[in-house]
Amino acid sequence: MTAINVATESPALQTDQMRPGQTSPRLALPTVLFLVATIAVPIGLTLVYSFLSTADIGTGVKWDFTLGAYRHLFVQDKLDGTTAFDTRYVKVIWNSFTYSAITTVVTLILSLPIAMWIATRAESARNFLVAAVTLPFWISILIRTYGLRQLIDDNGPVGGIFHKLGLSYHIIYTPTATIIGLIYVFLPFMILPIYASAERFDFSLAEAGYDLGAKRMTVFRKIVLPSIRPGIISGIALVFIPALGSFLQSDMLGGGKANMIANIIANQFGQARNWPFGCALSVLLIGLTVLFVQIIRGVTARTGDQVNLV
Amino acid sequence: MSSSYLAISNIKKTFNTPEGGTVHALDDVSLDIQSGEFFVMLGPSGCGKTTLLRSIAGLEYPDSGTITLDGQRIDDIPAYNRPVNTVFQSYALFPHMTVAQNIAFGLEMEKLGKAEITTRVGLALEQVKLEGYEKRRSSQLSGGQAQRVALARALAKKPKVLLLDEPLSALDLKLRRGMQIELKRLQQETGITFVFVTHDQEEAMSMGDRIAVFNSGKVVQLDTPREIYRRPVNSFVADFIGETNLLDGVANADGITLPGGGILLRSQIAEDCTIPDSGSVTVAIRPEDLEITDAHAAVRGTVRDSIFTGDTVRIHVTVTPDVEVAVSLPSYGARIPDRGETVGLSPSGNSARTVAS
Repeated sequence: MTAINVATESPALQTDQMRPGQTSPRLALPTVLFLVATIAVPIGLTLVYSFLSTADIGTGVKWDFTLGAYRHLFVQDKLDGTTAFDTRYVKVIWNSFTYSAITTVVTLILSLPIAMWIATRAESARNFLVAAVTLPFWISILIRTYGLRQLIDDNGPVGGIFHKLGLSYHIIYTPTATIIGLIYVFLPFMILPIYASAERFDFSLAEAGYDLGAKRMTVFRKIVLPSIRPGIISGIALVFIPALGSFLQSDMLGGGKANMIANIIANQFGQARNWPFGCALSVLLIGLTVLFVQIIRGVTARTGDQVNLV
Repeated sequence: MSSSYLAISNIKKTFNTPEGGTVHALDDVSLDIQSGEFFVMLGPSGCGKTTLLRSIAGLEYPDSGTITLDGQRIDDIPAYNRPVNTVFQSYALFPHMTVAQNIAFGLEMEKLGKAEITTRVGLALEQVKLEGYEKRRSSQLSGGQAQRVALARALAKKPKVLLLDEPLSALDLKLRRGMQIELKRLQQETGITFVFVTHDQEEAMSMGDRIAVFNSGKVVQLDTPREIYRRPVNSFVADFIGETNLLDGVANADGITLPGGGILLRSQIAEDCTIPDSGSVTVAIRPEDLEITDAHAAVRGTVRDSIFTGDTVRIHVTVTPDVEVAVSLPSYGARIPDRGETVGLSPSGNSARTVAS
């Protein structure tokens, strides 16, 4: 662009006047500062602390650079001076991964039929049913989890039915209870994105499928499923990622036996007073999340689905 | 052409309305469609034509009645096993598949070999003149191209009957005219029986070997385009197909007294029409059948306006305050009366008809 062109450009653009709907970027500043303070700074601190040592007395960290926290993840120093491979934390990470994977698969299986069913109702019924799915969000997750604990407790109504039938029943404070809790909490996060995709599905495509000789299941597999795939991928991401870092279910329903990553992290900042190790575990969890997001990005880039994650 | 190929017998279908009532979408409809015929089902929206087409396809199940194709009852066969295929109004192309995959889908369902599928996809694309579009996605097609792919997808299955549900309604006029000609050519080349649903009477006339005119769930008239145009059975058909001046008259010894007092002579009415000796009767005269005449005029009135449309000039003549007559005159050669001029009008020859109301 030449100097002459700049000079002839409309001077109105250089004034403070803005078109309707435009806002000054300055208005976004408080939010930007808030987000930096609450997200960027803590993550940065977590990363830094994970390379430091535990304080000699009390809580906190000592500014003494070490990879000890990461070593602690896999290696155990025995009292006799020898070292051994420590499987405890690897097992917890594996537990977190399997619980989240089971939760994702079960919520997906439960959500597909209900989402399709809601999507095929009349509009007024659809709105009501979507509201019903989101209803649990109106109640504190803590209260809901307490409620679930009463329900599945050995002396609860479910246990009562099993006792009447003369069957043995014990779920509470087992991994099964944790997984039930996860499924319960994350089910709406799977239903809603799948429903959003299914609602946009043009059912004349399914009719065209039948017309061309495809049976029910084939139509679902080859025509419906690819069309609602963006919703399914969103649902998987919205369930798997938070499930991986969930704390409450294993704490309250799983018996607090520290069977998921988040419980161990919480423990390091509490009783164990090992901040660097808690930070190292947090960094690991963040790393796993980023890895999973990247996998989903790779998958969607290949299939060409429009999924908004980050 | 004599024996019936697709026989529709006594089909009934009712729907419940949101208000709690019932609608007879199809009220005891029977039709015989012949092999290799271009059959058009024509009617205003909600007349039942699409419901019948969907019943033939198996996408809708009639309450009662039978559908027989080539000697075999098909009304109890599920859609995926019926030897018929549909071209949908919205085309319903699978968005996640390429053009070739769309066309191959129906052939894969038949478990045909890869080589045969490739050959038939190529052939189908050739038929609709879309060679080279195999790899395109449906989002990369224009409306006319999407239409052709939908057609190719259905034709590739070699159906006994091809069902077309208002397939051209989304295209612009010029494209629609082109596709009309092409559909007619395809039908003649393939010899496949076409059942074509439309609400556009001009489209029906230009394409159909025979037309079934639907109204309120019933077939009102079934005949060739020429017969339906020249001999409508009632005022609905006369009015729906082409344009018609419907005039309420009173029969008497001389003929029929029309609004304004003019008399339509019995010799001006087609011979096959029944004219009562007395009483009220509805007369139908096409705008292009009316001539300006100075001598004996059946109706007389004042020219309200004249519109030049290119090939014709349409004039509207006010006969009485509530009766107006449309006249279509050739734009070249005929004398065009001025606005405000009083003219006499008579049907040419015996082109006027009496119709049941």
